[in-house]
Amino acid sequence: MLYLELFLTFFQIGLFGFGGGYAMLSMIQGEVVTSHGWLSASEFTDIVAISQMTPGPIGINSATYVGYTAAINAGYSHVWGILGSITATFAVVLPSFILMIAISKFFLKYQKHPMVEAVFKGLRPAVVGLLAAAALVLMTPENFGSYQTDKSQFIVSILIFLVAFIGTRKFKVSPILMIVLCGLAGWLLY
Amino acid sequence: MNFYLNAFATFFKIGLFTIGGGYAMVPLIEEEVVNRKKWLTQEEFIDLLAVSQSVPGVFAVNFSIFIGYKLKKFPGALSLALGAILPSFLIILAISLFFHQFKEYEAVENIFKGIRPAVVALIAAPTFSMAKSAKICKYNVWIPVVSALLIWMLGVSPVYIIAIAGIGGFIYGRLKTQNS
Repeated sequence: MLYLELFLTFFQIGLFGFGGGYAMLSMIQGEVVTSHGWLSASEFTDIVAISQMTPGPIGINSATYVGYTAAINAGYSHVWGILGSITATFAVVLPSFILMIAISKFFLKYQKHPMVEAVFKGLRPAVVGLLAAAALVLMTPENFGSYQTDKSQFIVSILIFLVAFIGTRKFKVSPILMIVLCGLAGWLLY
Repeated sequence: MNFYLNAFATFFKIGLFTIGGGYAMVPLIEEEVVNRKKWLTQEEFIDLLAVSQSVPGVFAVNFSIFIGYKLKKFPGALSLALGAILPSFLIILAISLFFHQFKEYEAVENIFKGIRPAVVALIAAPTFSMAKSAKICKYNVWIPVVSALLIWMLGVSPVYIIAIAGIGGFIYGRLKTQNS
């Protein structure tokens, strides 16, 4: 049952999605692309791109998009697609409600407890690893083109990757501007 | 104006104008909640921010729930969170409805061919700045490296990595307190 699976998957993502936006993406991708096959790798990258250009948290954006697209890809109508996006979005924020309200009550009391701090000492470095994995897992022929079959697309993709990486990291170009420029480059070059 | 309606409208506006993910919302929330509406002091704001960052889930939603709960308990949490979520939900839903037709055009596909490698770079770039704030040094650099390799090479689910890292940190902390 697609809707139950959507609910459980996004509930799990909301429950274990440490480290915010991009770190959560590797988890969403693992579930949505690798485990369930609701979206292809390039459809997933498209939603990341769309999320960058539209307002709001990336976790909400991707839940809404995946819920809709999974239902459509399974052959359902638009109305069922909308229901899918409501299911996934509701499921991804439900753990936040449960956890945050419980935590609001207790956080002042246990915030400085050494055991709590110890757990976070283990979590923080792992979250950095999740972020790196999200980038590595997306380096696929679907996103970059294949060196064997389309050399020019592959080379252009590598150049775009380097420009975007250095531009945002070294020169602090805004991610939105970067995406617009690279989209323009794609339109002109291909 | 009714507090809940006011809170909902404020966060709806913030949700509507922050492009680039949840963290982009922080300065806007600060401006509204601390400087303009004076619902929280600067110190309270920072405390809530720190805790929201350490809790799993969508950061901006966590943060809205926390602020709302502190101000007006559950109804407050609900109105702020709905305000933060709805703009994103409605916009993406509208895009999903039409994107599949868009993608039929060759120009759109070409634009996305240019965008996809850039998005991978945008995800890769903050890894390094995050490493700094997570206090990665030569003693714990193996944790992110092993985590990334397990996910990338062996397809291990990040859920397990998070669970193991939390338990590992807990056991390490326990052993350290026993030894000292």
